[in-house]
Formats: sequence, C-alpha cells, structure tokens
Amino acid sequence: MTETQKEEVTKYIVISSDEVLPSDAAMKIYESEFPVTVKETCFGLIVTGAKDDVQTLVEKIRQLDKNHIFVKDRGFPAGDERRCRASRGGGPRPGFHFLREEVKMLPAIGAALDELEAKEPVKEEHKEKCRLKISDLEKVIEEELAR
Amino acid sequence: MAKVFIYPVNSLILADLVERFGHKPLTMMSQIREKVTNISLDSPPINITPEDPKLGLKYAAIEVPPGVRGRMALIGPLIEEAEAAIIVENPPTNFGCVGCNRTNELMKYLIRSKGVPVLEVKYPESDEEARNFVNKIAAFLESLPKEKPEENEMMKEKEPAKMEIGE
Repeated sequence: MTETQKEEVTKYIVISSDEVLPSDAAMKIYESEFPVTVKETCFGLIVTGAKDDVQTLVEKIRQLDKNHIFVKDRGFPAGDERRCRASRGGGPRPGFHFLREEVKMLPAIGAALDELEAKEPVKEEHKEKCRLKISDLEKVIEEELAR
Repeated sequence: MAKVFIYPVNSLILADLVERFGHKPLTMMSQIREKVTNISLDSPPINITPEDPKLGLKYAAIEVPPGVRGRMALIGPLIEEAEAAIIVENPPTNFGCVGCNRTNELMKYLIRSKGVPVLEVKYPESDEEARNFVNKIAAFLESLPKEKPEENEMMKEKEPAKMEIGE
C-alpha cells in the first residue's frame, strides 16, 4: 500500500481578547514556520494543516491569552470553494450565524474562566443570607463609580 | 479522557470547554470533515453515499422525513460513541445543520436514554448566568474519568494472564 497522506484538519481560533488581535496570532503562526494555511477573519483565524502541526500551533496561540481564545474544529478546509464567499457570490458563510451568536457570549465565558482559574468560590446560588461586608460594598461602589 | 457528546453539536463554546478540561468533544464538524475531504465523495449536493440514508434508518423509521434520517446518519454514530453528554437548552440559534427540531428531539431522547452521565444547562444570557454555566460544566467535566475505561479493562485482563503464567 502506498504511503497515506497525513490527516489534515482545520480549526477555528476565535479570539475574544483585549490583548491579542487576530493579526498578532497570525504573525505568531507565520513566525513558527509550520507548513499550515492560515486565513485571518474578523473573529480570529482559520488554520488548516497536518493534525500534529495544527494541534501544536493551536496550543501555542491559546497560551497567548488562555481564557479568551477559543478553538473548535471545522469540517471544510480554509478557502474551500464550496464554502468560500468569493466563489459563492457573497453573503454570510453557512455556519457563520451560529458562530456570531456564540461570539457575543465569549467575553462573559472568558471572564467566568478567569474567575474559575483564580479559584474564586463557586457561587451557584447564595445559600445563606449574610450581612454585606464593608469590603464588598466598597467594591460595588467603585465599580458603579467607574462606569 | 471521556468522549463527550455536545448539544448543539457544532457549538464553539461547548467544544472548547470540553477540550479545555481534557476530554474529547464529539462534534458535527469531525463528521462533516470526513464527508467533505474524502476524495471518493463528490462535492455538494451529492455529498452522501447510498449507505448514509440506510444508516439513518437505524435511528428513524422510513416514514420519518429524510432530513431527520440524513442528519441522524451523521449524529447517530456520535451518540453511540458518547460516554457523557452536555445538553444546552434554548440555544439562541438553531438553524443550518442543527435546524431540524425533530432531529434535535430524537437526538436528546437517544442520549438521555443511553444511560450515560448527562448535564443539562440553560444557554447563558447574562454574565451571572455565564459564570454558573461555566462552573457547572467545569464541575461536570472534572467528575468524568480522565482515563479510558477500556484501558483499565485491558490492564485488568492482562493481570490475570500473568497470574496464569505464574501458576
């Protein structure tokens, strides 16, 4: 049997960070010199390449701002004619609507992950009623004044 | 590492969270990849083989609309593989590949009746809800076994074999 081609995968890297821009992440990938295809988009990047390369790159990019960079698989390769708007005559790409809806929630999800990482107590519901601490009240006032 | 089925099957947030906490998300995208990068298949609309509708018949009867069977041909194998599941109720958009409500009902029914651990959460609409959403999912994923049960079984099987040799 002839040598099988390496398995190619495509990943979306969705960036919802105040510190990292899609262009920064793209530059990081170019610097890494991995043989992958990168497409910069409004929400982040689409990366296509050999599975191991893409996995390594994705982990590197994620480390730029761990809790605010999100990754998911994509079925079609980057720039695939069946999905690319250039060959389909414009309009949103199929699958973009749901992604856009989810992107709206990413800042809140990122903040929740930050809190989780900081090992703040998991507050599902307030179990007991207690007096408001002065320090908490100060925080609330500062937050309100900062608006 | 557990294989975690997610609903909606193409969710970015769920796929990312599952991977982030060290498990494998079972997503529609991986199924689609097989369909669209396999050179034996033509480009859409002829992107399914005659075998696919037959596979769908395993999950839905012939009277059921073909769209349900077509979708189940992709989603059904994921449900069979699933070792756990996260179901998000009321996701904001349900169209495109996840736009068929009958398929979604069937999918949720099958995964609930499979007997695997299932977490059901509501789609967050505020920061507070997002915090609870992430906390619940994190706690659920951390409760899942990190090692494959198959590996444990393999180890257990190997141990008695050694005993036999020793005897």
